[in-house]
Amino acid sequence: MIGIYAFLHVPLLILCGFSFNSSKFTVWEGFSVVWYEAMWNDGALAEAAWNSLVIAVASTAVATAVGTLGAYGLWKKNAKLLSGSMYLSLVTPEIITGIAMLATFQWAFRYLHLQLGMTTVILAHVTFSMAYVLLVVMARLRTADPALEEAALDLGATEWQAFRLVTLPMLKPGIAAAALLAFTVSFDDYVITALVAGVDSETLPMVLYAMARRGANPVVSAISTVIFVGLGLLIVVSERLQKA
Amino acid sequence: MRRLRALFLLPAWAFTLLLFLAPMGIIVVYSLRTKGVYGGVGGPWTIENYVRLFDPLYGVILLRSFVMAGAATVGCLVLAFPLALYISRSGTRKTLLLNLVMLPFWTSFLVRTYAWMFLLRDTGLINSVLLGMGVISEPLPLLYNDGAVVVGLIYGYLPFAVLPLYSNLERLDRALLEAAADLGAKPWEAMLHVVLPLTAPGMRAAGVLVFIPSLGAYLTPDLLGGGKSMMIGNLVQNQFTSARDWPFGSALSLALMAVVMLLLWALLRRDGEEVF
Repeated sequence: MIGIYAFLHVPLLILCGFSFNSSKFTVWEGFSVVWYEAMWNDGALAEAAWNSLVIAVASTAVATAVGTLGAYGLWKKNAKLLSGSMYLSLVTPEIITGIAMLATFQWAFRYLHLQLGMTTVILAHVTFSMAYVLLVVMARLRTADPALEEAALDLGATEWQAFRLVTLPMLKPGIAAAALLAFTVSFDDYVITALVAGVDSETLPMVLYAMARRGANPVVSAISTVIFVGLGLLIVVSERLQKA
Repeated sequence: MRRLRALFLLPAWAFTLLLFLAPMGIIVVYSLRTKGVYGGVGGPWTIENYVRLFDPLYGVILLRSFVMAGAATVGCLVLAFPLALYISRSGTRKTLLLNLVMLPFWTSFLVRTYAWMFLLRDTGLINSVLLGMGVISEPLPLLYNDGAVVVGLIYGYLPFAVLPLYSNLERLDRALLEAAADLGAKPWEAMLHVVLPLTAPGMRAAGVLVFIPSLGAYLTPDLLGGGKSMMIGNLVQNQFTSARDWPFGSALSLALMAVVMLLLWALLRRDGEEVF
């Protein structure tokens, strides 16, 4: 059992550990933060990180809103084509989603004055993270009691009030969990992003990929550690907030 | 009530139609066209692209994809079964142990793949340690081969196998094991003849959930296989970028989608209620 847990965790721990190595090579030569300094002073990296953050925040906001409304809409009135498409989009290999979106954007550009860039990346991210949001919020709705809304309507609430004041507050923990998931899948994505990105929209995973491809580079270990710790903190903080 | 609900579905419909269903439709259309002179799509309608799927040149890559995805699936099941069994019998520590399995999953997939490059490359940790200890005199070629890709796939998708197996084992009636013991079965006999058959639905679900993403993997074979161990995903990407043969890339994508949908359909038909 320990072996399997080690298999899961040791590779990441080693990577984090060696990001503090003063040598460029995989031989331990003493503690140092040079790679973190190099990371901090890299302008292209900072720009990519900023792009990733903007894309993740924007697409999470839109995907959470669209997905939550969609889940509520599907709650009683099941639209098989829509829910089926959602499940299908979750299991579609990323490379296929990516090339299909690329082909669509290229086709649409014949008629629109647009090009690949931040907009296309955000649109793509909303589409794939929306499916996660929908699934998580729908799971939460399955445990909700429809009688509560009916009671509100009987007592004179409008449809909107019943949604806004009765059901939406019940869904809050589910929506928070869904938003967190949407944020992490957006922040992580490389395959789809690289296909639909333009010159102005290089993201952190794209830079990381290019560096990893070029060969051994301790800066990659440093960035990895920051992402690992950052996402970990985000999850811990959001769990705390949900409990409070 | 109805009107508001219909209105709420509109944005989700818009995104699904414009950015999921329409793109898939475009891929279907492209797969039936010919490659244009400058790499675009044009020319007459044809089924040539689908015929080319059976060309031995590509057959090797398709076959390798199935073999590697199969190996990753077997590897995941072999590791996940004892792990899920152990967690399901851990009493109060269940949640903690399950969260520990899910933990690496929350990190970037790219970071997790890079961690293996860091371990396996010629100047990586494993080779450095072995060279330092004098066990080997030249670095072992651990990275950029089929083995590295399979390890990366197992590492990436192990949680997909643990979760369905765990929920299956969790619901298993302990009395059955006691009954087997009372009737004289040794623990391994009870495991083989009682537990294994009863966890078949969990095994099938775990298998499909690992096999599907493994078959369509792009990043793992790209980074850990380094072009020497191409899978379908890499071939698709290649057709859309350097080869600039969008129609053939589209046909490949649809063939992959067909396999994915067939597997899911078979799983849902067989144990839809037990698993989901």
